[in-house]
Amino acid sequence: MVKTDVMTPFVEAATPPGKTGLWWFLASEIPVFGGLIASYVVLRLGSSGWAEAASHLNFSYALINTFLLLTSSMTIVMAHAAARDRSFGRASLFLGATVLLGAGFLGIKALEYSGEIAHGFTPAAGIFWSFYYAMTGLHALHVLVGIVANLTLWIDAVRGRLARHPHRVEVAGLYWHFVDIVWIFLFPLIYLS
Amino acid sequence: MSRDFHSVHSEPSGFLRRYVFSTDHKVIAKQYLALSMFWGLFGGATAYLIRWQLARPEAEVPGWGYVSPDVYNALVTMHGTIMVFFVAMPFLLAVFGNFLIPLMIGARDMAFPRLNMLSVWVFFLASVTLLASIFVPGGPASAGWTGYPPLSAKPEYTGVDWGLNLWILALALEFASFLLGGINFLTTVMNLRAPGMTFFRLPMLVWMQLIAAVVFMISVGPLIAGAVMLLLDRIAGTTFYLPEGGGEPLLWQHLFWFFGHPEVYVILLPAFGIILDVMSVFSRKPVFGYRPIIYASLVAGFLSFVVWAHHQYISGLDPRLAMPFSVTTILISVPFSFVVFSMIATLWGGSIQFTTPMLFAVGSLGVFIFGGLTGIFNGSAPFDIYIHDTYFVVAHFHSTLISAVFFGGLAGLYFWFPKMFGRMMNETLGKIHFWLTFACFILVFGPMHLLGLGGMMRRIANPLQYDFLKPLEPLNLFITIAATVLILSQVIFVVNFVVSLVRGKAAASNPWKANTLEWATASPPPHENFEKIPSVYRGPYEYSVPGASDDWLPQDRPLADAGAAAR
Repeated sequence: MVKTDVMTPFVEAATPPGKTGLWWFLASEIPVFGGLIASYVVLRLGSSGWAEAASHLNFSYALINTFLLLTSSMTIVMAHAAARDRSFGRASLFLGATVLLGAGFLGIKALEYSGEIAHGFTPAAGIFWSFYYAMTGLHALHVLVGIVANLTLWIDAVRGRLARHPHRVEVAGLYWHFVDIVWIFLFPLIYLS
Repeated sequence: MSRDFHSVHSEPSGFLRRYVFSTDHKVIAKQYLALSMFWGLFGGATAYLIRWQLARPEAEVPGWGYVSPDVYNALVTMHGTIMVFFVAMPFLLAVFGNFLIPLMIGARDMAFPRLNMLSVWVFFLASVTLLASIFVPGGPASAGWTGYPPLSAKPEYTGVDWGLNLWILALALEFASFLLGGINFLTTVMNLRAPGMTFFRLPMLVWMQLIAAVVFMISVGPLIAGAVMLLLDRIAGTTFYLPEGGGEPLLWQHLFWFFGHPEVYVILLPAFGIILDVMSVFSRKPVFGYRPIIYASLVAGFLSFVVWAHHQYISGLDPRLAMPFSVTTILISVPFSFVVFSMIATLWGGSIQFTTPMLFAVGSLGVFIFGGLTGIFNGSAPFDIYIHDTYFVVAHFHSTLISAVFFGGLAGLYFWFPKMFGRMMNETLGKIHFWLTFACFILVFGPMHLLGLGGMMRRIANPLQYDFLKPLEPLNLFITIAATVLILSQVIFVVNFVVSLVRGKAAASNPWKANTLEWATASPPPHENFEKIPSVYRGPYEYSVPGASDDWLPQDRPLADAGAAAR
């Protein structure tokens, strides 16, 4: 049987382990993208011809995607605020909006990829395209993971189970912000330079 | 509202939940121990084949047969990969970190027990993937454990196709497993310490595991990205590392060594933690300079990120970069010398008990000084350009890593075996094991420096094809014989381990009279570690306190008792 008499933690108002763990997880994610971005920057500075390749990218799609992600960062903060105030109906609304915005991002990304591949710009089309697909692809995978996490919370919210662990919205939000921030770096590096 | 963050789960009853899919950190540590011992034997077998091939290049290896150059390339690749990623890391980080961190901080389990189970199973998957890579058509990876492109970037260069793809996958899974483990270690220590367990009352081992976890976490990311890029080059036609498509082979070297050098300290620091803990107990003295050692290790961890290009002095790097990287590399010897001097000062004037764990700890210190000194030579570019890619570097590398993994790790295993399995190991066999290992180690790796200075390069299957290496043949044979004895003497350890497991003397809860919290509970500890979460009153190394009745003061003994003892 579980003994309950001595379970009080050392620090009464401690951060939940999930939050501490997620911060460390993000700390481990930064070098993954950091290494990729640094490699991209160094190689791009050292060689010519990348700007020409980059000019074939679809800037409008990327711009719309930037707006979608930034908006989704706002909606997840509102979901967190709603969960903190224990108004779970509102939380489910904003979580749903976040999921939809994330899915919209992936949909537009898919359109963008298919257009580029149709024009022959596959990952094998040159070093710029190698980097383009690796960086945006890894980011898209992270968006996908975030959507799954937010969707799980949305289902909990709709079924009225979010009350048991409202702090999870904050943890999911931290991850979602990270995904957003990575895009804030990728967008100018790939599309604007 | 007080929240309960200890992840307590009542003890499972079924065999599978108890021993296979367990979330108990102690069981998970033993699973890692079993896997790392399996890989240790495997890696030892590859070392045996490599050494006999070098001693008698044109003859058959005893007990195996003819080793072709292709097989030799695969052997050296697998030896490095296995020993660094599948022996050293699971043994030093996963076994001791998992078993000891919750016990030493007074917690019931890790912060995320299910994540912990996931990490061991991801590591198991990595092991299976690496094993599978040996049996696919074309054989296992043979581009060296460093996997330099363009050799590794195209299947036609080595003749290995899926073997190398699986090698990359195995490493990626291994990294994922240890990232999960590191997050768990850090969160556990930050959130689940027992009342009174402040950060500066943590045992050295916990501190070193934390620093290692952070260093690993920061350094491995770029290599994960780099490994994905290498895999894409091989299977998706990208050209990250291929010059013909605008790529850059040197990029991999930078990504690899940005990880590879800190990785050495990821392995070394937990070993230092073990050695410091063991030395303090068996010299009945506090660790000399507890806080400065922590600061020095943090400085060394930081410096390890700005030294990576010392592996690339002859890679076509801009020569102007050699000097800054030489300076930072040699600078690292300052914090490490500090730790070494602290170890010696810990021993100084103590009432030393030469038990088996203490012998291994002191042996580890000696071997590390030996390996560390040649590191200063290697770090200096003018010297390194001469000995680069020779057996001098191989000898240096093995001196540092064997001191950590082998001597440090075994010191820990002999020391905590009673706590892990509730039985004592045989001291006589342990001492024979130590002296044979130590003597053979010196006979193998001492002369190996001479091979390197004689110009013998690494990763060649047949040194006799060069006239200038022919005089080295007797030396090679000598090293091989010593290495064979070294490998055979590990049988003593295996026998001791297995026999002690079954019929060793039952261990008391605190057989070594040590202070830290893991000794405050039964051997082996119950499912929830402690009957009652202990309260901590002092630091971990209060040995031979003047005026105290005993020469040790456990961390969880209330002050009133200590005061009474002092009076």
